Amino acid sequence: MHELSVCQALIEQVERVARENDASRVVSIVISVGPLSGVEPQLLEHAYPLAAAGTIAEHATLTVETVPVRVRCRKCAAETVAEPNRIVCGACGDWQVDVTEGEEMLLRRVEIETEAAGVH
Amino acid sequence: MCRDCGCSLGPAATRAPLAAPAGVAGKIETIEVITAILGENDRVAAHNRGHFDGHGVLALNLMSSPGAGKTALLEATIRALDGRLRVAVVEGDLATENDAQRIRACGVPAVQITTGNACHLDATMVHDALHDLPLAGLDVLFIENVGNLVCPASFDLGQHRNLTLLSVPEGDDKPAKYPVMFRAADLCLITKTDLLAYITEFTTARARDSLRQIGFGGETLELTSRGGEGFDAWLAWLDREVEAQRSRKRQGETARPKIQPEGAHAHAAGGRPHR
Repeated sequence: MHELSVCQALIEQVERVARENDASRVVSIVISVGPLSGVEPQLLEHAYPLAAAGTIAEHATLTVETVPVRVRCRKCAAETVAEPNRIVCGACGDWQVDVTEGEEMLLRRVEIETEAAGVH
Repeated sequence: MCRDCGCSLGPAATRAPLAAPAGVAGKIETIEVITAILGENDRVAAHNRGHFDGHGVLALNLMSSPGAGKTALLEATIRALDGRLRVAVVEGDLATENDAQRIRACGVPAVQITTGNACHLDATMVHDALHDLPLAGLDVLFIENVGNLVCPASFDLGQHRNLTLLSVPEGDDKPAKYPVMFRAADLCLITKTDLLAYITEFTTARARDSLRQIGFGGETLELTSRGGEGFDAWLAWLDREVEAQRSRKRQGETARPKIQPEGAHAHAAGGRPHR
C-alpha cells in the first residue's frame, strides 16, 4: 500500500519535466504499470490527487496504461502472456521463461501547456 | 491504516474531476519521457550501494510478512557467527526500538528506523540510518525491512541481495499469493521448519513448486533459527556471498538483486532518468 509514495515520486518527475520545458501547467500524464511492479493501478489513481494537490500537475489527468506479463520460453522460444502468479510458458507449460514485459513502472508522456508567445 | 495508500478516502471524493483553471490557453506540447517513476529513489539507492561497495560491505535486504522470523534469524545468525563476520543491522518497523534492542543484546550495532505509518523502507531512510552506523570494518549489513509482503519489493535500498522469508505457519502457497515479493528474492528461506511436524498442511515440495510457478530463479533453503543442517547451509550461503563481495571490491565491481522490477525495465526500454 505504497501507492502514495509512488505518486509523490511521480509528481517530482513530472515537476522536473515541466520545469525543464517551461510549462505553465501540466495537462495530462501517462504512466505504464505492469502487474509485477508491485503497485495497483486503481490505488495509484486514488492516491494521485493527494500527491498532485498544490503542484503544477494539480489539474492534470492521470492515465495508467496497464501492460500484461509477457514471457519468452527458453525451451520452445514461444512468446506468450502469463499470469503474475503463474509465470510459465503459455505454449509448452515450461517454467524456464524470461519475463519480457510486466515489471515496469514508467512515466511515459507528459502533456504540458506553455504560455503562448506575446500573451502577456 | 496506512498513510501511504490514501485508502481512507472514498472513491467518489478522489475520483471527482478537478476543474481546470480558466484563463488564456497556451500552446500544448507532449513530452515523451520514458523514465522510471522511482528514479530518485533509485539514484539514492545507487549512492548507498556505492557506500557499501567502497567499504566492501555486503548489504542484504530481508523481507517477509510480520512474524516470519526475520529478527530471530538475525539473532541466531549473529550468535552462530560468534564474531567470525563483522555484522551490523538496520531495523525497519512502524514503531518501537524492540528489534534493534534484541540485536544489540547480541553484541552487534543496530540502528532502528521507525517509519511511522509507512509500510516500507526507502533508499533515503536507509541512507539516513547509515550516518549512525560506521560501515568501516563491517562484513555484512543486514537491512530488516518492514514486515510486509507487498510494498518493500518496489523500493531499491542499495542492497546487493534480496532475501525473502516464508515461515511454515504462513502456508506453502504464499508465493502464489504474493508473487512480486517472492519473485524479487535472490534467496528464499523457508523458516520455522521445526513446525513442519505439527503443521502438516505445509510441504516444502509445494512451497518450492509455488516458487517455480512465479518464475523464482533464486536459491531456496529450509531452516529453523534453532539450528541444524539447514542453518549451516544458510551460514555457508552467507560466507559465499561475503567472499563474492570481497572479490567484487577487488575488481571494482558491484552487484544488484537479480530482479529489480522498475530499473531493469527502464534500462531495457532504453530510457534514462534525465536530470
